[in-house]
Amino acid sequence: MFALQGFGPMLLQGTLMTIQVALLATFFGVLIGIVMALMKLSSSRVARLIGDIYTTIVRGVPILVLILLFYFGAISGVNALARAVGYTQFIDLSAFVAGTAALALAFGAYATEVFRGAFQSIPKGQIEAARALSMSRFTAFRRVSLPQVWRIALPGLGNIFLVILKETALVSVIGVEELMRKTEFAVGFTKAPFTFFLFAAFIYLGLTVVSMGVLQILERRANRGYAATGAQS
Amino acid sequence: MNWQVMIDSIPRLLGGAAVTLQLVTLAALAGFAIALVVALARLNRNPLLWMPAFGFIFYFRGTPLLVQIFLIYYGLSQFPEVRDSALWPILREPWWCALLAFTLNTSAYTAEIMRGAIQAVPRGQIEAAMATGMSPLTRMRRVVLPQALRIGLPAYSNEVILLVKASSLASTVTLMDLTGVARTISSVNYMPVELLSMAALIYLAINFMLTRLFKLIEYQISGERRAAVRDPLMAAGLHNPEALQKAELK
Repeated sequence: MFALQGFGPMLLQGTLMTIQVALLATFFGVLIGIVMALMKLSSSRVARLIGDIYTTIVRGVPILVLILLFYFGAISGVNALARAVGYTQFIDLSAFVAGTAALALAFGAYATEVFRGAFQSIPKGQIEAARALSMSRFTAFRRVSLPQVWRIALPGLGNIFLVILKETALVSVIGVEELMRKTEFAVGFTKAPFTFFLFAAFIYLGLTVVSMGVLQILERRANRGYAATGAQS
Repeated sequence: MNWQVMIDSIPRLLGGAAVTLQLVTLAALAGFAIALVVALARLNRNPLLWMPAFGFIFYFRGTPLLVQIFLIYYGLSQFPEVRDSALWPILREPWWCALLAFTLNTSAYTAEIMRGAIQAVPRGQIEAAMATGMSPLTRMRRVVLPQALRIGLPAYSNEVILLVKASSLASTVTLMDLTGVARTISSVNYMPVELLSMAALIYLAINFMLTRLFKLIEYQISGERRAAVRDPLMAAGLHNPEALQKAELK
């Protein structure tokens, strides 16, 4: 059934692009998530408000709309800026950058809640102890909070990663040459849509299974030194 | 930003929002019914029942919704048997294809929520129901499901919101839902930012109202817990059952 009619290498390229988009979105999404979680937990009302607005908007709007908005919005924004400084040529922004940025923003919004919970679960006494040892607030954050947050946040981040991995299919709509886009290309040539879309589905399934395995290994690593959860109860 | 364009586009975008809500409502209702069957099959000990249910859930939760829609909308036409069948007038329509994909997709997620909720019903209650001589069906209908629905509701409200957002993918198979209308208008007037922002605002409003609605339902169906908190004697008993028993005996 899966005679790929010579499109195998192209689909492999698309798969690699999908992985690349997912990992980049995860990396920036985690950074955004940490910053936004700290803002939501901060004592400044403005910072909390910004954090709340960000998570409410991004979690309430479809990712497809975010991706389109980013793609067109960034293009018209950059061009308006260019016109303002006297540059008349039309600048085309990379769909890859816009798509990845939109996915990172979405990842960040979900990760914010995960990190917020994780930061809150660290006993206050530990930070007080670190401060009493004359660590600066930043050092206490870097050396006491952050290493523990990683362990607590990992399962939640893993779930978000699995969601975002599937959402990467949406950046094909703005023309990023990832798995879905390559599959549509192959379908256009071969007129065998079922074969190729099902093949793509199985690749996504495979990526999901591999990611789940990797996440399990990461979780086991992060939990070394802690008693197994079964023993606690 | 051109505010006038945004305001002028509202009536047409609301027309698209009606299509979105229609798709979401139908998919949620049909998906809920299918999910119940899948969840019960998944919990059954017979491998002929739980294995297909597991495969169904695994496939629909492990692949992108976009692939699922394309497989139904474009994929099925690959087979002459499907094109010649009596179902073709339905499977040819993007509306039915999108609805089918959304229904199957949401039913897989909902089935997992239900499975967790059913398993969360305390074991002792089922034993008590057995001891009073209820048949398995009665037990399910009168003891397990009513409580499972209550336990699963918060997670299910999240799933419905996800479904609203996922329904934006209907625009990829030429449907005129909220996103589809925004994309179509902006391809004529070249103001995608204005139209997509307006569409985003409408999505936010829909999701806000849905969140409120589910909070209301949650409040309505958890009456016994509220009564316990309001009644000082019961509230005391919540933390100290023995005191409550003594008070009742007096």
